[in-house]
Amino acid sequence: MYNKQHLDPHDDTSAQRPDFMPYQNNGGTVVAMGGEDYCIVAATTRLGLGFAIPTRNVCRYAILNDRVVLATAGMYADTVALHKVVTARVKVYQQQQEKPFGLFSAAQLLSNTLYYRRFFPYYTFNVLGGLDQDGQGFVYGFDAIGSGEKVKVVCNGTAQALIQPILDNQVEKKQQYENKQIEKWSLQEALDLVKDVFTSAGERDIYTGDAVDICTVTKQRGVVVETFPLKKD
Amino acid sequence: MSQLQGFGGFQFDLLERNEKLKEKGYQVPTARKTGTTIVGVVFQDGVVLGADTRATSDTTVFDKNCEKIHYIAPNIYCCGAGTAADTENTTALISSQLKLHRLNSGRESRVTTALTLLKRMLFRYQGYVSAALVLGGVDFYGPHLYTVYPHGSTDRLPFVTMGSGSLAAMSVFESKYKDDMSRAEAEQLVYEAISAGIFNDLGSGGNVDLCVITRGHTEYMRGYAKENERLFRKPQGYSFPVGTTSILSSIFEKSLAHTPSVTDPESSFSMAVD
Repeated sequence: MYNKQHLDPHDDTSAQRPDFMPYQNNGGTVVAMGGEDYCIVAATTRLGLGFAIPTRNVCRYAILNDRVVLATAGMYADTVALHKVVTARVKVYQQQQEKPFGLFSAAQLLSNTLYYRRFFPYYTFNVLGGLDQDGQGFVYGFDAIGSGEKVKVVCNGTAQALIQPILDNQVEKKQQYENKQIEKWSLQEALDLVKDVFTSAGERDIYTGDAVDICTVTKQRGVVVETFPLKKD
Repeated sequence: MSQLQGFGGFQFDLLERNEKLKEKGYQVPTARKTGTTIVGVVFQDGVVLGADTRATSDTTVFDKNCEKIHYIAPNIYCCGAGTAADTENTTALISSQLKLHRLNSGRESRVTTALTLLKRMLFRYQGYVSAALVLGGVDFYGPHLYTVYPHGSTDRLPFVTMGSGSLAAMSVFESKYKDDMSRAEAEQLVYEAISAGIFNDLGSGGNVDLCVITRGHTEYMRGYAKENERLFRKPQGYSFPVGTTSILSSIFEKSLAHTPSVTDPESSFSMAVD
């Protein structure tokens, strides 16, 4: 039985309840890159917890339909919960309206879902990628409470600080003052870049490793997933 | 304060200032603590020490191939876990004291002497010198293996592990250790223990370093196993053509115009060449 004294919020002599800790950081890194006729969405598969690796092969992406993919870093339990909510909402929409859920609608849905939890957020850092009606690739990056931006290329998660500057420099030619003509990346070149940045991040970030799931979205083939190995140490 | 220097030991004169800065809300910088797997095992006629090579700062890998097996004496080596600066300086200091002792006595250093010097120093600093050590060597009395904890307590055991990967490594030892192993068996066991740390502990990684000490002979095997080489590189690489960084303005100035040189025949400055 609790002593009444223990329930008095102004009594600082009372025994303290253990702190409510609803969050944990499971690490992970996600990257999305849009091209002329493709989109790449990639997510690492290591689940980290402190200095331990509970699992080496978790799924951090959700294929919403054959042209939109969501990838999430941060707390894995919240990732699963968020993916469940978003995929369910997309399915209901597609059943009721009898038409596919678009990329821009998915971005809005994700933003609303995250902001709905403004004061008890999903501890998740999302990237969303896919094709628009014309088959052109676009990507979005979001923070944990639903602020998002449409961009060319984006990285989120524990290796964001290592990867995003390389993507900015290579894809958007940032810091390359006399070399500003921005060329188009072929799908193969883009895949090589994504694999390279994940391999490099795996060298220096302890939460990035084991493998990376790379989802390639094209109009012809829909979503194709490749698992690319990373170092396991 | 400068007259205090030269007496040895640490200087504490900035402690008061730092406390005041902390009160005002300044972030105090932290030391680089290495998550680590270090182990040691005794076999028939010697000891095998092992270590991983990853040095981390929080979640970032600072050094992918650092040395964690430190030299103490020709017949004694010591693995270090904890704060990198503490393990390096503590082992170097004791190594230096033992060298002086050898020069004075003309005898080989004994492992127990190194152990006593280390534990005395660590106990004196009450755990603030955060060095967790695995000390091993062979002397007049035979092979010895010890662990030294940061507060100065020690253990003498046939197989030991330390660092954040110590649990992973110990599980290998507990399942496979035997008394009186051959050198090859002991090397293989230590390699497996360090590997367990490298792959199952996020604070450990990189390569396996080994050091085998037998009577009159020490073999330090840096990079005994390299199982974490880079797996992929972008085929076409990265190129930055000349002019990628624009030149906004240029200034050319004559520098050190009147400096005499050997080849200058006008120079009256004569240089000594012998």
